[in-house]
Amino acid sequence: MTVNELAEKAGLKPVLVPDGDREVCGAYCGDLLSWVMGRAQSDNVWITIMSNLNVIAVASLSDVSCVLLAEGVELSEDAKKAAEEKDINILVSEKSTYELAVLLGSLI
Amino acid sequence: MKELSLNILDIAENSVKAGASLTEILIDEDNEKIVITVRDNGCGMTEETVKAAQNPFYTTRTTRSVGLGIPLFKEQAEMTGGSLTLSSKHKEQYPDTHGTVISASFYKNHIDCTPLGDVAASIVTLVQGHPEVDFLFEHKTDRGVVALDTRQLREILGNEVSLSSYEVIVWIGQYLKEQYTENH
Repeated sequence: MTVNELAEKAGLKPVLVPDGDREVCGAYCGDLLSWVMGRAQSDNVWITIMSNLNVIAVASLSDVSCVLLAEGVELSEDAKKAAEEKDINILVSEKSTYELAVLLGSLI
Repeated sequence: MKELSLNILDIAENSVKAGASLTEILIDEDNEKIVITVRDNGCGMTEETVKAAQNPFYTTRTTRSVGLGIPLFKEQAEMTGGSLTLSSKHKEQYPDTHGTVISASFYKNHIDCTPLGDVAASIVTLVQGHPEVDFLFEHKTDRGVVALDTRQLREILGNEVSLSSYEVIVWIGQYLKEQYTENH
């Protein structure tokens, strides 16, 4: 499944999707960035409530397929700019991390 | 990082990498706040590098384009309502007084404040990994001071004994532990 397909099926709102045809494989939930950095796998969907510039750095470093912002959090301006520059896919949903994990569990 | 002591280790490693012969690790703690300062006499950074170091997409490493040590430390401080300041004097401009100072403040009562963790273990790790350079460690609280100065150890032990030798490392660990028991 691609990021675009996932967004459509799960009803996730695209914030920035520069690479929507990217395949997704599994997911990781976490907000402690240094922890996520060593654990999220390449192509994972990363579900988090953090939304600062460091999130983009961790997403780029761990090579996740997209960042899924839970609870409707808004990306900071500098993070949005960095995501554009680094081609990081960002989706958002009003649902909580748990609800999103359950939803994604049934889809991917 | 789940403990600030790991951030301290990370930041102090940068100092050693910058060629510091002395790295000072100072923790000033009261009821409300923890202020962590790492000061070194390494090569220092240019103004440009100081700015870049706070950007997570900057690193001195060549294997990847993202460096998160300082940005994450800053984020942890800001999460509690505190802040991080970074100032540096590059050796080309300041041949005699070069070096870098990083200072971060944390409000302890904020629910998101990361625990300090085992600072003594971080200090032991630093000395063990870099026995050739000096570290000054001071942790001040209302109840007293825990301190270690490897320059003093070196003076007593002489140049024959490496600070990373087993007996010295064990002694440093115990020395710090005793002080923590008495003064904390």
